[in-house]
Amino acid sequence: MPSTHASAARGNKMTDPVSSASAPTPVVTITDLQISLPEGADRPYAVDGISFHLNAGEILCIVGESGSGKSMSANAMMGLLPDLVSPTGGSILFDGIDLLTLSETQLLDLRGKRVAMIFQEPMSALNPLMRIDDQIAEVYEAHGLLTPSERKKRAIELLTEVGIPEPEKAARAYPFQLSGGQRQRVVIAMALALEPDVLIADEPTTALDVTTQAQILHLIADLQKRHGMAVMFITHDFGVVAEIADRVAVMQFGKIVEEGTAKEVLDHPTHDYTRKLIAAIPTLHTGDASAPIETAPALEVIGLTKSYRSGGGFFGGPERIVHAVKDISFKLGTGETLGVVGESGSGKSSVGRCLVRLQNPDAGSVLLDGEDMAHLSGEKLRTARKSIQMIFQDPFASLNPRSKVGRIIAEGPIAHGTPSKQAYARAAELLELVGLDPSAIDRYPHEFSGGQRQRIGIARALALEPKIIIADEAVSALDVSIQAQVLDLLDDLKKKLNLSLVFITHDLRVAAQICDRIAVMQRGELVELGTADEIFNAPKQDYTRSLIEAIPGRQRELEAAS
Amino acid sequence: MKDFWQRFRRNRGAVIGLVLLLAVILIALFAPLLFPQSPWKMVQRPFLPPFDMGQYPLGTDALGRNVIAGLAYGAQVSLLIGLVSTVVSLAIGIPLGAFAGYFGGWIDDSLMRFTEFFQTVPSFALAIVLVAIFEPSVMSIIAAIAIVSWPPVARLVRGEVLSLRSREYVEAAVLSGQKTSTIIWRQILPNTLSPIIVLASLMVATAILLESSLSFLGLGDPNMMSWGYMIGAARTVIRQAWWLSFLPGLAIVLTVLSLNLIGEGLNDALNPRLSRKGK
Amino acid sequence: MLRFIALRLVKAAIILIAIVTLNFFLIHAAPGDPAAVMAGEAGAADELFLQQLREQFGLDQPLLTQLWLYLVGVVQLDLGFSYRQQMPVAELIGARLPATLLLTGTAFVISIVFGTLAGVMASARVGKWSDTLISTTALLFYATPLYWVALMAVLLFSVQFNWLPGFGYETVGGNYEGFARVLDIAKHLVLPATTLGLFFMAVYMRMTRASMLEVSTLDFVKTARAKGLKKSVIQRRHIFRNAMLPVLTLAGLQAGQLVGGAVLTETVFAWPGIGRLMFEALAQRDYNVLLGVFFVSAAMVLLFNLITDILYRVVDPRIRAS
Repeated sequence: MPSTHASAARGNKMTDPVSSASAPTPVVTITDLQISLPEGADRPYAVDGISFHLNAGEILCIVGESGSGKSMSANAMMGLLPDLVSPTGGSILFDGIDLLTLSETQLLDLRGKRVAMIFQEPMSALNPLMRIDDQIAEVYEAHGLLTPSERKKRAIELLTEVGIPEPEKAARAYPFQLSGGQRQRVVIAMALALEPDVLIADEPTTALDVTTQAQILHLIADLQKRHGMAVMFITHDFGVVAEIADRVAVMQFGKIVEEGTAKEVLDHPTHDYTRKLIAAIPTLHTGDASAPIETAPALEVIGLTKSYRSGGGFFGGPERIVHAVKDISFKLGTGETLGVVGESGSGKSSVGRCLVRLQNPDAGSVLLDGEDMAHLSGEKLRTARKSIQMIFQDPFASLNPRSKVGRIIAEGPIAHGTPSKQAYARAAELLELVGLDPSAIDRYPHEFSGGQRQRIGIARALALEPKIIIADEAVSALDVSIQAQVLDLLDDLKKKLNLSLVFITHDLRVAAQICDRIAVMQRGELVELGTADEIFNAPKQDYTRSLIEAIPGRQRELEAAS
Repeated sequence: MKDFWQRFRRNRGAVIGLVLLLAVILIALFAPLLFPQSPWKMVQRPFLPPFDMGQYPLGTDALGRNVIAGLAYGAQVSLLIGLVSTVVSLAIGIPLGAFAGYFGGWIDDSLMRFTEFFQTVPSFALAIVLVAIFEPSVMSIIAAIAIVSWPPVARLVRGEVLSLRSREYVEAAVLSGQKTSTIIWRQILPNTLSPIIVLASLMVATAILLESSLSFLGLGDPNMMSWGYMIGAARTVIRQAWWLSFLPGLAIVLTVLSLNLIGEGLNDALNPRLSRKGK
Repeated sequence: MLRFIALRLVKAAIILIAIVTLNFFLIHAAPGDPAAVMAGEAGAADELFLQQLREQFGLDQPLLTQLWLYLVGVVQLDLGFSYRQQMPVAELIGARLPATLLLTGTAFVISIVFGTLAGVMASARVGKWSDTLISTTALLFYATPLYWVALMAVLLFSVQFNWLPGFGYETVGGNYEGFARVLDIAKHLVLPATTLGLFFMAVYMRMTRASMLEVSTLDFVKTARAKGLKKSVIQRRHIFRNAMLPVLTLAGLQAGQLVGGAVLTETVFAWPGIGRLMFEALAQRDYNVLLGVFFVSAAMVLLFNLITDILYRVVDPRIRAS
């Protein structure tokens, strides 16, 4: 139910979205926008002379990798650019006014009322010390609308509209009492409060799990239709673009390289960069991997169980127990890649950490070369770990900033008694193997990009000549084009060195591309285990099915395939 | 290192602080050469005002002792006690914090309860009690200051180690078979150095304040002329000779200020990400 | 909430017992005969009297028994006897405690109110001259010995201008009654409370400023801006409340220093509190009084801590829930 004051003020724009679609009228027109970066940045302009328009009643996706400047143009519209970053040229026309010329006071009137915004991080986007309804009511208060009691009433209506269960209760809750998806719904409710003409969504689903992401995308598309808003949707994910966009603008290094309808850009990209980006997206096609050959298991996991306790103790509150891993068993064949997929909190990372004993399992065995990793300790554990190594998620936290690359790689073998000279020579070889120049040995990690650092991490894992590698979200922090390269490298190395791989990921596309078999986890339990083909094309469990269906862009891919 | 110096230099206050501190250090070092006579010796009539006699530019105190000599020797005491007590606090706090942070569990629990206890106890009152009971001397003063100053070090190091321990490169080191001692020494502690250095510079400042407060109450080492003692001794004659209380106080303010400024500069230079804002 | 307070009280009791134990061992670690230490070493205590003491405190018994006797004594509020003043230590302290509570309480309130206020002002005008002025002043106070500020304040406001009384708790022989007396005490309180508060004001100011700047970079502040809220509202409602959380934690931790600092302030201003008592005991080597004051000031710190903890829970719903 739209609030009367707001819709009355702007006439009957809700009446006929169809007519506005047939004759698109730009709500926002951006011309030659230029935004300068502070001195010492890697380039002079965050956004360098971009022009585009946003039509009434459409969803425009602005796509680009990190650092492309895609968020900057949106923030410039709201007058919310970070300090030291400022627009230096061009114009943003909205309702006949150039937003760049407005004073802060004039912008205040606009923000939240005519142009609203939602952000990437739902966990931190709400004030932790204020109740939900108070935070929503603030939108009306900021613009001097409604009485305090009406504001609270509207807050509950809005929460109902965005589909929060028990809206009355949620209204009186504090943010920490809601899940990430619910918080994002609250932020959306706030953005809707005054029926804005334009909604800017800055990567609103990136921090969410795949099923939650699908729900939020659906909600945004639905609300857009119902309220006839124009939506500027910023994302790095072409899957999301396929789900939601009417039109697309692709950005690279602060420039728009391609613009068109979603269909044009996705099906017939004209610019090289767009083509490269789209090609880099892992497809859901699992076909060619011939059914895994029955090989001797490299690793056998039986009844692995792990739970965490928090609180308790002498002065703590009641003890809380989280069952992260519940009685999980599987085998990993030699030369096989086994995917472990699941949403956050499913326990997939705990499984990986228990396998290498970064965490101690409560029960179960991890059989490796006839030894039970789960019950080794001291010197024996140290030796056993040589054959099972790990690749980590964060390319920036996984290398010691104060060690040179050579030492980072050679440290392990040296700790196991390899003479230092030999270990360093081997480090140089490994760097070459992962596609880096051996001269990297004498440099520090901060001199490398994210993708290069991830290669160094792989070289380190290989230094001990392991048989098994656990990759824990190893490509999740990388841009899609880099991601594709690292995945290729892993696949290549696996074949060359006859490694077995446990690949832990939240990204089902990545899993589809690299895994032979896939284990699906939910709340600590192993829901389903099957070949990649079975999981993607004939899932047996409802949960698996809902995960697969939530993959952004899947529908389009199916249609294109048939 | 060059980067470090450049970032440090950008903070003007820090450079002023460094110059001030260097001056104090030089005075302390050359005190015996500049003023060969003991600062305890009566050299002129009492209450000689400053600037009256060239030989005693800052005058004499109630017992006719040379004020400027007292200030110079006081610098020695302040710097010595500030520095040594900080080193001792670090020697207690760093291992404790590193242990608690790395091993966690009951070790962490009990060490932190222990630390909390020392943090709750009113530190100055404890220092007074300790020095009084063990008789004032350089040793007892240093020990007392160290005993009340180590808890922040332990907490800082614990926090840093706790967060570094779960950092992926430390986990990688565990997996690669490095020994726990190697990991703490080579992977973790070097990365906690920056905040420790910053904290240490501020601790020297606090220790100097503490020492001066103790000597002000008459708990200084009776054989060493210190700034706090000079103020304490001049307190009763403040109506006749205010400068006798004023000058040593000024010396303390400048020294402590210089250390605080240097601390801020170090913070800017060593933790560039944290301090960019608001400079 | 009640459960929380009960738990904190248990914890406080444990800390107090630990302090008493520490005191006990300090007496024994002190050079010389514990009995002589208790009697005040410079005292003219004769051998007979010392013998009496040894029997009373079971000094010939095993150490643990002695500790037990000592603990039981403290639980019954027996903090020992001051042979110098010929009075029980508890009584001595009891008579002096209200003055100290008044002084430290006032200084605490002054420092936190003005400190956070200055911090908020500085953070709102970060980089401007008013920020520079406030920050520099705070830096100066932060580097200044408490007792020296106190002396200089006496010199300036009492000796030089004669605006405010420079020592004592109230006018001696003034015989004021009722409101006039309150006013008289308030006048006497101004200088000691302000000088004691200055250092901590500087601490809170620096913390508040840093915390405000830190919080202002958080995501929810951007959300608030996107709503079209005015800067002043965002500052007050969103940034300030969140920025106060670490300041409150610090306030609790600093309480200990505040109580310790009172020894210096009370000494300079001849304020008849337990700090002054401690100074007098120092000069006379009256260890029982010394340890008693130490014990009581620790108890005061625990009280301050409890208050800030409760405040923290009132402000932060996350802590309340857990």
